[in-house]
Amino acid sequence: MALTATGSDTPTRTGRRLSVGPSLALLPFLVFVGIFLIIPTVTVIVQGFLENGRFSLSNIETLFTGTVMRALWKSVVLSASTALIGAVIGAIASYLVVSGNPDGLLRRGAVSLSGVLAQFGGVTLAFAWITTVGLGGMLQRALEAAFGYDVFGGSGWLYDMPGLILVYSYFQIPLMVIVFLPALNGLRPQWREAATNLGASTWQFWKEVGIPVLTPPFLASALLLFANAFAAYATAAILVSQGQIILPLMIRAALTSEVVLGQQNLAFALALEMVVVVAVVMWVYNWYLKRAARWLQ
Amino acid sequence: MTESPARTERGTPVELTDLTRVYGSIHALDGLTLHIDPGELVALLGPSGCGKTTALRILAGLDRATSGTVAVGGRDLTGVPANKRDMGMVFQAYSLFPHMTVRDNVAFGLKMRGRDKAARNRRADDMLDLVGLTEHGGRFAHQLSGGQQQRVALARALAVEPSVLLLDEPLSALDAKVRSQLRDEIRRVQLEVGTTTLFVTHDQEEALAVADRVGVMNQGRMDQIAAPADLYANPATPFVAEFVGLNNKVPATVDGGRAQVLGVSVPVIEGSLSAGPGIAMVRPESVTVAEVGGGDAGNARVTSVNFLGPISRVYCRLGEGDGAIDLMAQVASSLATRLTPGDPVVVGVEPTAVLVVAAP
Ligand SMILES: Nc1ncnc2c1ncn2[C@@H]1O[C@H](COP(=O)(O)OP(=O)(O)O)[C@@H](O)[C@H]1O
Ligand SMILES: [Mg+2]
Repeated sequence: MALTATGSDTPTRTGRRLSVGPSLALLPFLVFVGIFLIIPTVTVIVQGFLENGRFSLSNIETLFTGTVMRALWKSVVLSASTALIGAVIGAIASYLVVSGNPDGLLRRGAVSLSGVLAQFGGVTLAFAWITTVGLGGMLQRALEAAFGYDVFGGSGWLYDMPGLILVYSYFQIPLMVIVFLPALNGLRPQWREAATNLGASTWQFWKEVGIPVLTPPFLASALLLFANAFAAYATAAILVSQGQIILPLMIRAALTSEVVLGQQNLAFALALEMVVVVAVVMWVYNWYLKRAARWLQ
Repeated sequence: MTESPARTERGTPVELTDLTRVYGSIHALDGLTLHIDPGELVALLGPSGCGKTTALRILAGLDRATSGTVAVGGRDLTGVPANKRDMGMVFQAYSLFPHMTVRDNVAFGLKMRGRDKAARNRRADDMLDLVGLTEHGGRFAHQLSGGQQQRVALARALAVEPSVLLLDEPLSALDAKVRSQLRDEIRRVQLEVGTTTLFVTHDQEEALAVADRVGVMNQGRMDQIAAPADLYANPATPFVAEFVGLNNKVPATVDGGRAQVLGVSVPVIEGSLSAGPGIAMVRPESVTVAEVGGGDAGNARVTSVNFLGPISRVYCRLGEGDGAIDLMAQVASSLATRLTPGDPVVVGVEPTAVLVVAAP
């Protein structure tokens, strides 16, 4: 009888263990999320509303002043323009990569290279640009010696928005290649052949099938690129050593400022602003993917 | 659309002449010649890799022959691009455009031909009626079953009234029950519209069931092309005999147009060995099995029995050791269910004509 009783208990216990199992397995992940996402986010939110240990809206108010609004605007322009450049050039590059031999060197090389560049391209290339065409850069000096004037027009642009846009593209394009390649691979050869068989020219195929099928993943990838540029810091930090033209640099200035004390809370408020922008973009990204790509599986 | 009883009154003849296709060192097609009558349905049958798809794609203009010619309705199509060939193609699977409704998929070819929206929707709905999907015009491909998707693909291919309909293993991604249903459906629709059709498959049952004539391909060539019953009764080569129907190989001796097989004298079919010892290709349904009683040893033993419904397969072994012959017999289940492995039986052959080939 005891045996029977144990036997009949087993399903319940198994059931409970089953429901505990996955959450136990998730624990390391939850700890990770807690330490690296939730705690910082909560800190940012709370600190953003504190001033000298008390609740205050003064930092939030600062967000709406001219300097901060200008930095926000520049951040948005930088992110949007490099997302657009990256998405268009990256999509074309992906197309060239998939039209090649799938096992060929070009394809494997391009994929690996994109992986590396998307991570480190910005920093490396910022250095490269500074040392060649920057103020006192090698190429700049050589050309100045040859022509008698600075062909790069003082090189100041490199340390401002044009320079940032140029250098950001170096990691945006490879990131686009990485996120867009799977979508391109999902474009089945049968669709092309069926369209051709039904009388479509190459142009008609792209107009009626290729582009409509690729539009949702293209726009989604562009949003991802926007968020990526918006949150990027290292590249900008290397290129622009002083000044606070975009939000991440403004946070750096607020945190390291020795002139004005007590700016830490402004840094938190700025970070909060960035969190909100990225969260909105990612929300649109998800919503869009869900809605527009019902038929993509 | 007016009804026409004779299929040959509509449709266009197709002529493939001496096609070859070489990929590097592979001869995918090695001198394939095929004539299809107007309105005829020819099935191209053969094992995987024998060049069926290559032949179909060359006809569609999706691939280019290394040499040889393609003519449809007497017109040489060499140099005519695929999108101007006016053919309807059904692929194995997943060929519907995912972002369009079923109706828009079916209307696609007409849109490419510049037909106005009202006309193409009317035609699309007619085609959906034809394949029994009247209610599904507003759905997307991912909301349909595999069988329904293939019906839509068929409707889409036929909507443009193609001169030739091409089907490349259209049923092979479906499960068995849907497969035989849709197979009959394709044949019904094909007879109704009267379009000349090339149907590629590796499934002999499918080919025999659906086609006016079946062409058996072997390594890039046509081994034999004939009406299903003819092909089945008179295979021209051992390859055809083996591929079309599961065959037993039984030692035989030929003399004067007849062969001695398991002690039975049977006629030989054209193309057989003319005299001497050889191998007879005997179909499972031509092998006879009889129970023996009262301690009689028979001439064979049952090795296993497969119940298939009204009929069963009985596997027997004649003799022992190296010279043993394994035979598969297809018999009524009423007999087969009385047999168990190890039982002694008497096996023989029906006196139907067999193909006898030289022993390897
Ligand atoms: N694009 C290609 N490149 C190289 N070899 C190919 C190509 N297409 C087909 N083949 C080869 O040609 C032969 C015939 O292929 P296919 O026509 O697809 O056969 P089937 O449809 O009868 O299975 C096979 O050996 C196949 O590997
Ligand atoms: Mg094939």
